[in-house]
Amino acid sequence: MKALRRFFRRLTSWTTSARDEEFLRAEFDDHVAMQAAEYVRDGLPPEEARRQALLKFGSVEAIKESYRDQRSLPLLDTLARDTRHALRRFRKNPVFTAAVVLTLALGIGGNTAIFGVIESVLIRPLPYPDAEALVGVWHTAPGMSAADPRMNCSPSMYFTYRDENRTFQHFGVWRFGVAPVTGAGEPELSRALMVTHGVLDALDVKPLLGRWFSQADDTPASAETVILTHGYWGRRFLGDSSVIGRTMIINARPHTVIGVMPESFEFSRNAREPELILPLRLERPRSLGTFAFQGIARLRPGVTLTQANADLARMLEVWLRSWPSPRGLDSAVFLNARFAPQIQPLKQEIVGNAGTMLWVVMGTLAMVLLIACANVASLLLVDAEVRGPELAVRAALGAGWRRIAGQLLAESMTLGLLGGALGLGPAYLGLKILAAHGPSTLPRLNEISFDPWVLAFAFGASLLSGALAGIIPLAKYARPPAAALRTVGRTFSQTRERHRARNTLVVVQVALALVLLVGAGLMIRTFQQLRAMQPGFTQPETIHIVRSSIPETVAKEPARAMRMWQEILDKIAAIPGVTSVGLAGQVPLEAQLGFRNRQRLDAERPTLEGRPRNTSVEMRLIAPSFFKTMGTRIIVGRDFTWPDLYEHRHVAIVSDNLARAWWGGPRAALGQRVRESSIAPWREVVGVVEDVYDDGVHVPAPEFAYLPALMDRHLVFDNEFVLRGATVAIRSERAGTESLLGEARNAIWSVNGRQPVFSFVNTVGQLYDQSMARTSFTLIILAIVGGMALLLGIVGIYGVIAYAVSQRTREIGLRMALGARPATMLPVFLRQGLLLAAIGVGVGLAAAVGLTRLMSSLLFGVAAVDPLTYAAVSALLMAAAVLASYVPARRAMAIDPVEALRAE
Amino acid sequence: MKDTDVRQGTLALMVLRTLDVLGPLHGYGIARRIEQISGDLLTVNQGTLYPVLLKLTQEGSIGSEWGASENNRKARFYKLTRQGRKQLQAEARFWEQTTTIMERFVAAKAEDLQ
Repeated sequence: MKALRRFFRRLTSWTTSARDEEFLRAEFDDHVAMQAAEYVRDGLPPEEARRQALLKFGSVEAIKESYRDQRSLPLLDTLARDTRHALRRFRKNPVFTAAVVLTLALGIGGNTAIFGVIESVLIRPLPYPDAEALVGVWHTAPGMSAADPRMNCSPSMYFTYRDENRTFQHFGVWRFGVAPVTGAGEPELSRALMVTHGVLDALDVKPLLGRWFSQADDTPASAETVILTHGYWGRRFLGDSSVIGRTMIINARPHTVIGVMPESFEFSRNAREPELILPLRLERPRSLGTFAFQGIARLRPGVTLTQANADLARMLEVWLRSWPSPRGLDSAVFLNARFAPQIQPLKQEIVGNAGTMLWVVMGTLAMVLLIACANVASLLLVDAEVRGPELAVRAALGAGWRRIAGQLLAESMTLGLLGGALGLGPAYLGLKILAAHGPSTLPRLNEISFDPWVLAFAFGASLLSGALAGIIPLAKYARPPAAALRTVGRTFSQTRERHRARNTLVVVQVALALVLLVGAGLMIRTFQQLRAMQPGFTQPETIHIVRSSIPETVAKEPARAMRMWQEILDKIAAIPGVTSVGLAGQVPLEAQLGFRNRQRLDAERPTLEGRPRNTSVEMRLIAPSFFKTMGTRIIVGRDFTWPDLYEHRHVAIVSDNLARAWWGGPRAALGQRVRESSIAPWREVVGVVEDVYDDGVHVPAPEFAYLPALMDRHLVFDNEFVLRGATVAIRSERAGTESLLGEARNAIWSVNGRQPVFSFVNTVGQLYDQSMARTSFTLIILAIVGGMALLLGIVGIYGVIAYAVSQRTREIGLRMALGARPATMLPVFLRQGLLLAAIGVGVGLAAAVGLTRLMSSLLFGVAAVDPLTYAAVSALLMAAAVLASYVPARRAMAIDPVEALRAE
Repeated sequence: MKDTDVRQGTLALMVLRTLDVLGPLHGYGIARRIEQISGDLLTVNQGTLYPVLLKLTQEGSIGSEWGASENNRKARFYKLTRQGRKQLQAEARFWEQTTTIMERFVAAKAEDLQ
């Protein structure tokens, strides 16, 4: 305690240092005077008395020194002195300082911003209590689909796991859905999170008002309940706390509001947060079932992932034995699926592959910082060279080399800190921009914030880059005095050794710049390749989409619901400016919002050898003219017609890739038959359409089966089936406008006023941009970073050549005086610049081959070692090097020999 | 323990004790009293007192204020704080114990130690 108090006094002593010094002198003077007075009283003459008094007091300076050392912390004093000295030097060289500080500010700022994102998205735990114990429950089933072996949970799994597990504290399954809300206010489709009992318990976020779902709420036939999210509560109920116990009409049935979640509660962590939370109320299923739910669990304390996976493997055995296979499906399908457990941390599930992109971006920015440090080191080297004699003399006069080294380091670290401080501005701005405009596919975007860790990172990065930039001049100039003095007065000579350090720095810079530019080049090529892909639809920005549904309470009979749809489509088609209207379960790229409809499909006679008779396809229910509206080309055959729907004709349309996989080509597919299960009818293939890149053009196009939106039997259902929740696609030049949305909504309401209408996004074009978001985001960052690297590299080369010219001014003058023509001087310097650049490019190419492999998962349609990109970037850098050397080299030609010889 | 540590430690205790007995004093006064009391046993330079005074001030054991000395010059007077008094008591007790133990050992006869 005492020691601590003393430490703080010492730490803060500089605030009073000048005054203290004065007081101390006065006190000493007094002391000596009093002692002298006493000696005088004892009979000594005044002169002698004062001398004795001083002797008795001891060495004033030594005592003062020891007093000072005690007063403050000597190390801090030295540091403060060095820093002050450094700042004074900087003030004298404002251009040099500005160049260095700005360079560092950009480098540190950029890194800090991206670190902020990485910290928020990847490192910070999810905002749930003990978030480490939360896991996603997945399986792999390579026997079901080799392409995408990940499988989620079926209802029967839920019951098995809930009853049999030994490692879960809480377990439940969930899925996203939409909930039509009618009654008070405009009818709308809300984003819903459907959960079983156990999901909210696992997440362990207490409701703000009311309570969670109980086991009773999650049981079929009990009274229906709903929990509101904070945002929805604020929007629909204006934050009224008496909302608990009120009734809402959801899915045309009354639901009692039992709780409101707090504002901090988030589930999907992206732009599509749910608004309502509904209990799934799963019935005890009769079979192994369909896999449509995601599992989430909180592990019991102390349980590891390995233990949990072992437990899941055990339960999978139990599950396969306990339930029969669904009607119409062979049990061999399940036995051969080779189910295996795959439990993973919830954070990993949410963050997904965003990590790769962020680390690539961070890596590139770290490289820019390295380039910036190399530039600064280069500048410091010149500076140290100029001061070389001064430093050597100081060393010779007795300044310890540690002291000189300390001073040089204090200078470069001060530069680093200045740069870092200035970089906080861009970093803060960058972080704000990233949080606001980052790709919406990036999870946890709204959690991005500028917290103490980010500040600490900026501080660390500043010190590190300062030290990094300072270490090279340090190694060269802070050394024992004898060696240092030898260099004094040799400013004329141009030794190889003197320039090796700077040349090395330029080579490193060029090499790093090349790696970054190759990265940027590869992203540009990726973007080009993606843009060049035919996505399976045309001009997505002119397709407006609206989601709506016709619940059973509006039209119980499927045929009647279908007629309502047709009437709606006709009304919308009549809106001015609308060229075509289509209806489908969902439109291309909508799957990235979280809906998917993968189903099994059997072929009656696959004609290709060795092809399995069944496969998992994307199944889409459509009405006539959907393909025409989307611009999806019908390769052979025909589109569905309205009579196909109303007369329950057993027809199907398949995608080109499915036709090739089973029958070898589109033509061969016509007339073949397919079905969804053994109790569904065989359907004749009447058309083959081009492949649609349903998950974005960077993902291979899935195999598709299109079925009529109205059927007599579908999947395992016995009765007539109609598409009730659907997306209406409207092709119009007015797509994306509020007016078109309004008119479309009125058209829907004119057919049925109780029908909710919802528009998640406006156009397919927006979905398309979203699917490209990751690529374009990485591209933009890499382009900026590559540009910065190029600029810094050019500055580096320019600096070295310009310096070489200025150093050799006298030599050049001499040569010219002896008859050399100016033109002969040009190649000398050009050669030097180009040689450095060439070595840099060589090193960089080797590094790029190794490093770009890390980003191969971000690339599309282009290899990480793409000769074209590599060649183009090398050429660009060499051209830049020519330019950067030419400008200073020209100055060598313009040297006047007389002036040059007189200069020294 | 280094020689200087011992001396600084004892000097600090002497300063505290002097201030305790005599009340507020300036640096010269403290130095004189310590000399008088210790006889010529303590032949340190008077100046070494000041770093000790500083250390005690920083630790909060003594405080100081400016006043007039006997011959009417401005001088800094040091005085014991409450915490200093506590520290003095604790250290005095410690020294008493230490000296008692040391005395016994020094006075002990050969057979006592066997």
